[in-house]
Amino acid sequence: MSFPRHLLGIETLAPEHVQAVLDTAEKLREVLDRPIKKVPALRGKTVVNLFYEPSTRTRSSFEIAEKALSADSLSIATATSSASKGETLLDTAKNLEAMNPDLIVLRHSASGAPHFLARHCRSAIVNAGDGAHEHPTQALLDALTLRQKKGRLEGLRVAIVGDVLHSRVARSNVWLLNKVGARPVLCAPPTLAPPGIEQLCPLTHDLDEALEGADAVMMLRLQLERMAGGFFPSLREYHARYGLTAARLARARKDVLVLHPGPLNRGVEIASEVADGPYSVILDQVTNGVAVRMAVLYLMLGGSQEAH
Amino acid sequence: MPGPPRHVERKQLLDARALQRVLQRLAAAIRKAHPQRSELVLVGIQTRGVPLARRLAKLIEADGGSRLAVGTLDITLYRDDLTQIAAQPVIKRTDIPVSLEGRSVILVDDVLYTGRTIRAALDELIDFGRPARIQLCALVDRGGRELPIQPDFVGLRAEAGRGESVQVRLEEEDGDDRVVLLGPAGTRAPRRRGGR
Repeated sequence: MSFPRHLLGIETLAPEHVQAVLDTAEKLREVLDRPIKKVPALRGKTVVNLFYEPSTRTRSSFEIAEKALSADSLSIATATSSASKGETLLDTAKNLEAMNPDLIVLRHSASGAPHFLARHCRSAIVNAGDGAHEHPTQALLDALTLRQKKGRLEGLRVAIVGDVLHSRVARSNVWLLNKVGARPVLCAPPTLAPPGIEQLCPLTHDLDEALEGADAVMMLRLQLERMAGGFFPSLREYHARYGLTAARLARARKDVLVLHPGPLNRGVEIASEVADGPYSVILDQVTNGVAVRMAVLYLMLGGSQEAH
Repeated sequence: MPGPPRHVERKQLLDARALQRVLQRLAAAIRKAHPQRSELVLVGIQTRGVPLARRLAKLIEADGGSRLAVGTLDITLYRDDLTQIAAQPVIKRTDIPVSLEGRSVILVDDVLYTGRTIRAALDELIDFGRPARIQLCALVDRGGRELPIQPDFVGLRAEAGRGESVQVRLEEEDGDDRVVLLGPAGTRAPRRRGGR
């Protein structure tokens, strides 16, 4: 079964395609260690990175992946583009498309924006984060990191902790972990847990309970920029109840892994002693991010279009 | 999606014992051509070039001399026909264990046909460094080249027509050792009339 034309989310991605991305990424990672860190696989393909939200990691990760596969790419940050003059997403995309790119990587603050583009554009679309909805390549790189370190995904107990309400990372990860037979558990204060989320994944408000016997902990960034209205009394109180410290981490398994999608709020959701500590795989995640994005681009652009 | 026509076996070119003899002959030829073995690296092209390179290395080392470096190369990312392939080909492992700078490399492949795989392998190898020399060892040369590429070591030359293919089966990959000529089902191999 050939890879889908667009990567819009994990929810709609078949389990065998999750495996295909992870297996391909595992092989492609080696390219980054070669003397010449570049292969000609996507020569002659054009990729546009269209970012309507600030991003360092995701955007540079996509750019490095595109260059390593020899695709021609350009990145548009909307702060410096015509979008700041009021051009709509569709107009921007249609104009870019008139220049005939093969694939558009989109980051947007509105949930569903990539799905909207996929309906109206000829280019293949990769969702690089849409609002509080999905961030599929983040979930895939998290899974790759877990699989690399643990040798498997099936049966792993993974605590996903923090600002679940605003987190597209949490949603994509829950879908992915459920698909591969892992056992995710969400942990959030009641004000930061989306209603009805228990139908998707077990939820607790108690961090110690979530950490009990965990194989891995994914800490979520407290999205301070999306918090106009008092979700919790103070950052200090948040840290006291939901911040990951070395003492609390002791409840997890001895070989626990600590993940964080970045950027870190040190001393808020995660203590520096944990972020920089022996269980942290946060920088492995970044390296794997490039490999996963190479895999996605390769799987979407590497074969012929007629095959779709 | 209609697949290619089903191929059936027409003729066995080598059985397990004959294959072993061919490999021994190749190993002897390589040993003779490379008395300075420390300079030599065998690089097997995925998939069946890899076990072939390992076997050749063992046979070459059988004289008690120094050990040989063996690498593996997957050329998928260097192919010139990616856009002509229906589904995305699965990427396999590439592992070049030593620096190729100034070394002699022998590329090992199972069947040499159009030469396009070798073209891709040369491009990829050169991105790993600048070997002093690259040679090519093919278990079977079936003719039909589309590029100016010739092997330095050949186990067996076999003429195969356009619709036919030569399949190398190896214990490590396929469960048995033999080389067969395949042709489309429902047709017959053309009979040779008279002598040569």
